[in-house]
Amino acid sequence: MDAANGMRGSTLIAIILGLLLGLAAGIGGYTFLYAKGASYLTNDPAACANCHVMQSQYDQWLVSSHRSVAVCNDCHTPPGFIPKYFTKALNGFNHSYAFTTGWFHEPIQINERNRQVTEQACRKCHENIVQAIEGPHRPGQELSCIRCHSTVGHF
Amino acid sequence: MDNDARSREPRHRRGWGLVLGVALVSALAAAGATALLVNIFEHKQEARNPFYRVVEIDDQTEDPAVWGKNFPMQYDQYKKTVDQVRTRYGGSEALPRTPDEADPRSIVAQSRLEEDPRLKTMWAGYAFAADFREERGHAYMLEDQTFTQRQVVKQQPGTCMHCHASVYLPYKKLGNGDLMAGFEKMNQMPYQEARKLVTHPVACIDCHDPETMQLRVTRPGFIEGIRTLKAAQGVENFDVNTMATRQEMRAYVCGQCHVEYYFKGPEKRLTYPWHKGLKVDEILAYYDEEGFKDWEHAETGAPALKAQHPEFEMWNQGIHARSGVACADCHMPYTRVGSLKISDHHVRSPVLNINNACQTCHKWPEEELRARIHTIQDRTFAMRNLAMDALVALINDLKIARQAAAPVEQIARAQDFQRKAQFYLDFIEAENSMGFHADQEAVRILAQSIDFARQGQMALRGVPGLPTVQTVSAPPPAQRTTPEVGGVAPGREGGAAPGAAPGRTGG
Repeated sequence: MDAANGMRGSTLIAIILGLLLGLAAGIGGYTFLYAKGASYLTNDPAACANCHVMQSQYDQWLVSSHRSVAVCNDCHTPPGFIPKYFTKALNGFNHSYAFTTGWFHEPIQINERNRQVTEQACRKCHENIVQAIEGPHRPGQELSCIRCHSTVGHF
Repeated sequence: MDNDARSREPRHRRGWGLVLGVALVSALAAAGATALLVNIFEHKQEARNPFYRVVEIDDQTEDPAVWGKNFPMQYDQYKKTVDQVRTRYGGSEALPRTPDEADPRSIVAQSRLEEDPRLKTMWAGYAFAADFREERGHAYMLEDQTFTQRQVVKQQPGTCMHCHASVYLPYKKLGNGDLMAGFEKMNQMPYQEARKLVTHPVACIDCHDPETMQLRVTRPGFIEGIRTLKAAQGVENFDVNTMATRQEMRAYVCGQCHVEYYFKGPEKRLTYPWHKGLKVDEILAYYDEEGFKDWEHAETGAPALKAQHPEFEMWNQGIHARSGVACADCHMPYTRVGSLKISDHHVRSPVLNINNACQTCHKWPEEELRARIHTIQDRTFAMRNLAMDALVALINDLKIARQAAAPVEQIARAQDFQRKAQFYLDFIEAENSMGFHADQEAVRILAQSIDFARQGQMALRGVPGLPTVQTVSAPPPAQRTTPEVGGVAPGREGGAAPGAAPGRTGG
């Protein structure tokens, strides 16, 4: 009988624990689905415009010169599997944090890390044509593509 | 026996498990290390210059044709500066002439003195009144300087070579490896002697580091000038080759030569007058403080100054400089040659290359951009003509005043006004953009020049330069008790006696 009591006690705890975990998983899972979390693992540009604050950038890209050759990830993530998904994860967290709290600069400005990622992204496709003007340089003195070519993706 | 077998088995399995585990971990570690090694190797490869090294180039390679073997596209463009093309206010046409012993050139640019004889009046008594021609490309800089009449009418110093030839190696040779020492030595030679030590017009080595192709400044005049300017701005010991940014360098390499300058002292040391700043007012203030004059005007005795091609100074006052656009962005814009994007080494007027030079940032039709450029230049040119007429009027008045033995103070004041008017006008006349580099500043300078010239004329008539009498203001409406009669308001000239109270007369 003692054994049964003991088992019932630990069973109760187990059941409560199970309920709580299930609740968390369920609510979390539903939030994930509601927020279209899976879409962020894809390359679909529409996913970046899930938040309407990005709508104008999305609209501009749709009519830009690069609309048929590059999606958001092509310019805003670095080459390579791990760097790409690390950048996605980092930005995902930062975007969620900023958007949830509302603590971000308006109009939206790219941060330094992402600006450098974007500059490097031009070279993903255009490396060959600019190799003659790249040259060795002191750190921080790389040529900036987007200073002059600021409209190829979105303003 | 069974126990032994049983106890051996798990140990056996554990052993294999351990081996596999360790193998897996070390495999991952090895893969990670190799990935890192490959990454480092790739970065090191990127840092090497991506061009085909046909020849080795070092700091002794002066001949641009040798550099051209490694950089054929840039070299081909560089040679194109022999093209003579007119623009509305710049460039030149190729005029034939008969070569002679003194001057073997068979093609020259047209004489500006013949186009505008007022220039001869402006520069009377100075070498520029003997020969002054329309500009042409970098390829001609040494040849034109060698054979201009300005070398014949006056013995020029070797300082002139600083900008008109590839002097980097000659300076170092002359100074036994010391650039500054060579510079100082050549300054004190006669021009013809210095001429024997140089071979090429501006060449690759004058702007590029031969190892890395990075831009660098090689001219002592600019090295000292920019240090002086930065000191005036509060930055001490500015070393341009280590402290300038990449974008600044794209203006500084041109600023090595496209500047106002003078030869200081008996050593004829090339000096850029930037001790108080780059604006024409600040440069004049410096010259006044130094008590410097280029020559005494032959017709008026005024202590005159000659301005020489101050493009760097003018560009600095304009909107493009403020927006971070450097000389190379417009005059050597990026251009696609085959599968490569390179800086266009055919240095020339951007008006001849609007698509590459302007439309990267200004996305409007070429016709519209050209019209805007010409509007700016036409307006500047109109003001320049006004200033020229005003100056010539002052010079004529001064001539007459001196012959009539006018009071000395009047003459001195008028001569000072001529010095100011002439320098300001020359600053724009000698600058090669006809106002485009800084349009508002150009018109401001010309307006001041006109004002100085007219004040000079007033000084000769005994009229004070600046108004000392407070202008009389019109009476306030409430005090008018009688209506206007005959179209003349009471209290104004033609109606009232001087001193009469407004409103009391007339009616």
